Amino acid sequence: MKLSPVAIGRFQPALWAVLPVLALIAAWMLVDNTRLLALTVLNGLTLAGLYFLVASGFTLVFGLMRVVNLAHGSLFLLGGYVGYSAGLATGSWLVALMAGFVAAALAGVLMQRFLFGRMVGQNMRQTLITIGISIVMADIYLWVWGGDTYQFDAPDWLTGTVALPLVHKYAEFRLVVLALSCVIGLGLWLLLNRTRVGMMIRAGVDDKDMLSSIGVDVERLFVITFAIGAGLAGLAGVVGGTVLSVAPGEDVRYLLASLVVVLVGGMGSITGAAMGALLIGLAETFGQTYAPTYGVVFTFVIMVAVLAFRPNGLMGKSA
Amino acid sequence: MNIHTNWIKDSEPQATVSSHRLTILLGLCLLVYPWIASPFFTFQVGAQALILGTIALSLSFLAGQGGIVSLSQMTVAGISGYAMAILGSAEPTAASLNLGWPWWLAVPAAVAVGTLSATGIGALAVRTEGIYTIMITLAVGVAFYYLAQQNSLLFNGFQGISNVVPPILMNVDWRAPLPFYYLALVVAGAALSAVTYLLRTPFGIALQGTRDNARRMRALGFHVTAHRVAAHALAGFIAAVGGVLWVWYQGRISPGTVGTGAMINVLVVAVLGGLRRPVGAFIGALVFVLLQNFAIDLVSRERFNLVIGGVFLAIVMFSPDGLLGLWQRLRQSWVRASSA
Repeated sequence: MKLSPVAIGRFQPALWAVLPVLALIAAWMLVDNTRLLALTVLNGLTLAGLYFLVASGFTLVFGLMRVVNLAHGSLFLLGGYVGYSAGLATGSWLVALMAGFVAAALAGVLMQRFLFGRMVGQNMRQTLITIGISIVMADIYLWVWGGDTYQFDAPDWLTGTVALPLVHKYAEFRLVVLALSCVIGLGLWLLLNRTRVGMMIRAGVDDKDMLSSIGVDVERLFVITFAIGAGLAGLAGVVGGTVLSVAPGEDVRYLLASLVVVLVGGMGSITGAAMGALLIGLAETFGQTYAPTYGVVFTFVIMVAVLAFRPNGLMGKSA
Repeated sequence: MNIHTNWIKDSEPQATVSSHRLTILLGLCLLVYPWIASPFFTFQVGAQALILGTIALSLSFLAGQGGIVSLSQMTVAGISGYAMAILGSAEPTAASLNLGWPWWLAVPAAVAVGTLSATGIGALAVRTEGIYTIMITLAVGVAFYYLAQQNSLLFNGFQGISNVVPPILMNVDWRAPLPFYYLALVVAGAALSAVTYLLRTPFGIALQGTRDNARRMRALGFHVTAHRVAAHALAGFIAAVGGVLWVWYQGRISPGTVGTGAMINVLVVAVLGGLRRPVGAFIGALVFVLLQNFAIDLVSRERFNLVIGGVFLAIVMFSPDGLLGLWQRLRQSWVRASSA
């Protein structure tokens, strides 16, 4: 976390007040039930991995195009549903994963080409459009796939348990999710920092007009970015459908998770999304384990606290 | 500034003599309406549209005049409705915490709770601008929905609180279609007049100034943040009053009342009618309620969201200033055609 000395100075009184309390709670958890604590941390990390997969696409699209895609949860569900159908037809989980990615990416490309591309700069209108899309998509899913809850079966070589210290046995697939999100995070970082397209995307985030005037086809760049962002949501749909499940209403859940994660982490920043996902994933899991009724309140308190001290999120730049 | 709501800002159209005449005529129609219409049309269509319009008016005021698009107006209405249900309902099977206050105590208290929470949400949301505000208010609203769903002590969890009805006063059952319609009409009329009046006060004009150019207003010495929080509080008051009526109309309140769908519906209603003028909220509400009740005849009942989502998409894409804007453009082209 990069905080300027001034910012840390502003935090200090609050930090000194909160830290001992947190330390006390942590000590109690450690003594009370070490295995439960370790299990909660691991579950929190895997949930954070899943949230990062969803939120990274959201923040990528926002960073470049300033489109707040409130249909991001719908893209997540699209990936999940299409992936499920593809997996059912072929019996292969990897095919499902690919199908989820491709379907959502395709939807993202269509949205960019036929909707957002026509109203560049009208952010509020674009956001309203995404709301309309999410209403319509949710109803279409209900029509095609019904109100049932779907769950994917992970391939055999990924199911089973792994022996770990403290928690004894842990589901292998959850560790795969964690690894996958790390790999994708790394991949995104490499894409943005080490490739030509990434360079153009970063330049576009800073100054679109200048980028366009030096001869880069910004419209094409937008389509590519939207495809990656939406595709990541679809991929997360299949992964989320394997760890948890896919059902109507999940779109809102993951949209909320993405919103909170990027608000906490800072809009448009991949590092911020990772940090936000860690905070929110852990907070939600700890809330569910230790205070089941008020799990969502923890998430909310974190969001309010971060926004109170850093209105642009942890890694956000001031607008 | 380009993240701002450029497309919804426009100066108020000048009121003309013919529009005054139209207003009086419309008012008369609304007064006579329940005597002609069936109880279904009075209660389910008339009263519902008026209440939904009142809640949407609070958003229309915030978005149209302040440039603040808040999705949490239904949450504010819901908080006030929950407060009404908890404070006012004496039904023993309802929430475990029911105080059974008399209506004259419960109603102001519920409205105060709603207004206060709107001010709190506003204080949080004004730290951001434009599209960020949508995200924060959406997050706040969904968080409240999950809280209401999971908390059983105060909100009675998934089931919510039922049997919240208006009092029987002066020998009139205010739940009956005719009195309830008039109650809703009086509240809606008062809210509409209040907002219309507000727009011409120094505060209203300053608020429109912060919408059009916040930086310039700041340079001129206006406290932009204070204006925005005040706008949230005022809109919250209207939404809270609407919330009390809404819980009376439904007779019960449950997490579904403040769910994401309901939150977004308020936005759909406000945008459908048009954000430029306060009365748009009521036109949007009427169209919404009519679609809700009669979309079954066009398509099957389950596909209502497809219809309303499609209509909403079409309005945002082709007529950003809503049905009112569409009507105005049609009338202008008609006037031009007839004068040519």
